[in-house]
Amino acid sequence: MKEFTLTCPLPMADRKTVVLGHGSGGKLTAQLIRDLFLPAFDNPLLNRLDDQAVLNAGAARIALTTDSFVVTPLFFPGGDIGELAVNGTINDIAMSGAAPLALSAAFILEEGFPMEELARVVVSMAEAAKAAGVPIATGDTKVVPRGAADRMFVTTSGVGLVPAGTHISASNARPGDKILLSGTIGDHGMAVMAKREGLEFEGVIESDTAALHRLVAAMLAAGEIHALRDPTRGGLAATLVEIAAASRIGVEAVASAIPVREPVRGACELLGLDPLFVANEGKLVAFVPAESAERVLAAMRGMPEGRDAVVIGEAVEGHKGMVLLKTEVGGTRVVDLPFGEQLPRIC
Amino acid sequence: MKYVDEFRNHSLAQKLVVEIRRTVTKPWVIMEVCGGQTHSIVKYGLDQLLPGEIELAHGPGCPVCVTSLELIDRAHALARRPDVIFCSFGDMLRVPGSAGDLFQIKAQGGDVRVVYSPLDCLKIARANPENRVVFFAIGFETTAPANAMSVWQARAQGISNYSILVSHVTVPPAMIAVLDSPSNRVQAFLGAGHVCAVMGWEEYEPLAARFRVPIVVTGFEPLDLLEGVLMAVRQLEEGRHEVENQYARAVAREGNQEAKRMIFRVFEPCDRAWRGIGVIPGSGYRLREEFAAYDAARLFDLEGIVSVEPENCISGLILQGAKKPSDCAAFGTLCTPETPLGATMVSAEGACAAYYNYGRHLVS
Repeated sequence: MKEFTLTCPLPMADRKTVVLGHGSGGKLTAQLIRDLFLPAFDNPLLNRLDDQAVLNAGAARIALTTDSFVVTPLFFPGGDIGELAVNGTINDIAMSGAAPLALSAAFILEEGFPMEELARVVVSMAEAAKAAGVPIATGDTKVVPRGAADRMFVTTSGVGLVPAGTHISASNARPGDKILLSGTIGDHGMAVMAKREGLEFEGVIESDTAALHRLVAAMLAAGEIHALRDPTRGGLAATLVEIAAASRIGVEAVASAIPVREPVRGACELLGLDPLFVANEGKLVAFVPAESAERVLAAMRGMPEGRDAVVIGEAVEGHKGMVLLKTEVGGTRVVDLPFGEQLPRIC
Repeated sequence: MKYVDEFRNHSLAQKLVVEIRRTVTKPWVIMEVCGGQTHSIVKYGLDQLLPGEIELAHGPGCPVCVTSLELIDRAHALARRPDVIFCSFGDMLRVPGSAGDLFQIKAQGGDVRVVYSPLDCLKIARANPENRVVFFAIGFETTAPANAMSVWQARAQGISNYSILVSHVTVPPAMIAVLDSPSNRVQAFLGAGHVCAVMGWEEYEPLAARFRVPIVVTGFEPLDLLEGVLMAVRQLEEGRHEVENQYARAVAREGNQEAKRMIFRVFEPCDRAWRGIGVIPGSGYRLREEFAAYDAARLFDLEGIVSVEPENCISGLILQGAKKPSDCAAFGTLCTPETPLGATMVSAEGACAAYYNYGRHLVS
């Protein structure tokens, strides 16, 4: 075979500086974790690469997670950075099946940031925590000079208690599992993008931010769950690919079964984006054994956070690590991790 | 969603596929000209639905892919200048030049901004009078009217810190280049619907007659593409070579007169180098002399930037429809969207990227 020399356009993965795509939840993020964080921090708890670590503390199993929020704008239709931080961290705990016990909140504030806006964010966090029944038990505040941060960043951490006998992990899905989705996709990402870009669409697009721990508790009471994840950055596509890779299974999903609200579809069509890759903040994906799928689905539909729950596909033995989607017109296509930021297309 | 769901209807798609199967009696090669059509075909798996006799060849209609490396390097040189705010359509940001992409330039301090319309650049220019705002004006006839309008408006509004780096390309000369190529296998075209929405299809009529090739102006939804294929196959089977319009809901024979007027007030035809293909005579637009003050290529010293593209990737053959992405030994192994060897792997509308993102389960 003729030798192939790589001299054409620069290999993109070899980067000297951090680019925005490293924080997108796509392939660049995965590369950063694989090439830098995992080798440096190497330990069995981290190496599972779930959204939370589960540690043994005597007889108890504790779920631990942390998440930073840097969303622009701070306030968007359907929510704000504070509510997002509380719900997002509760959800990362809940995706292990754990009942959240308490949260911490750390603030990085830019000099000159209006106190009134900070107060609105803090009140919103307090209300979200109260509604979820999870206290914000500790915190920290730092202020940086003007220009060293964009208004405010919030980091929330959380701990929860995993019920005995519950072993949920992105690596536990098995062939034959039914894939359940708790509702419509793309709402949060498009709400933020529409506000950020000053775009106006027919119909209201609101963030779906919601705490999902009660939904998870109801699902666990109804039947066994193998894998759970909330499809945030990178969207449903990234979540399915991550679970397929971690569990070494194939995923077959059906495009027409995946619910997308009309205004969200319209906005995505207009911008040339695919709702599969758009972030959600109040949805979950569950891989459930076929025999308990009906019961778990019914339990989901009985809860306000899961009333639009549907089965979107199943895990299969073949094409391990690959997600295939049956298209609306009857073809099939691969669904992959987004590379970096989703880019509006030229035409 | 209205005007979208109708064109993705499963049972109507099946009916069209049955009709295509009924009509076809021998092998035909049909080229869809536009990268947006390639994207739809592979995203919806339409090629899997067609009978084996019909081969779809993917055309050169991806403006991101065909923008020459030299022009990209010149754009990057502008984006690195501290006095410049560099504006671009989003999907140009990821295209690598000889040293990195616009994302990296942004990370290193370059002021690079994504715009949805070139008219947004005028707002940016007004808000930043101390900076020079440059828009990377790429695209086919589809983006040309708005890009021309931005220059027209800049002059009308007396905005002097705005200019465009022009990389416009046009479809008919590229189709002629494909048909003139000695290795050409293309027997019919699905015309680029949105290009024709602007330009109409009169200019395709002499082309269909000269090369005796059917051209069906076609839309971008699954049913549009299947119907376009059916119309092309009917012509081929019946020995006709006409220009037909599948995309009647968007395209009229004379096109959009107002948009065409705006294009030719501001631009004039010129020769253009296409990435992976070479110079095609008369296949581009450049700014008319009276708009020289808005031409970034004249305002900034870019002549010294000369780029040489190594010839070890087959994207040129892919853009001409002579090869398929799956014919390339590097596809999916050495060459992926993260490590693109050529332009067709970079843009979402490039044939290689479409195959990789949506269709690689079918490539052995």
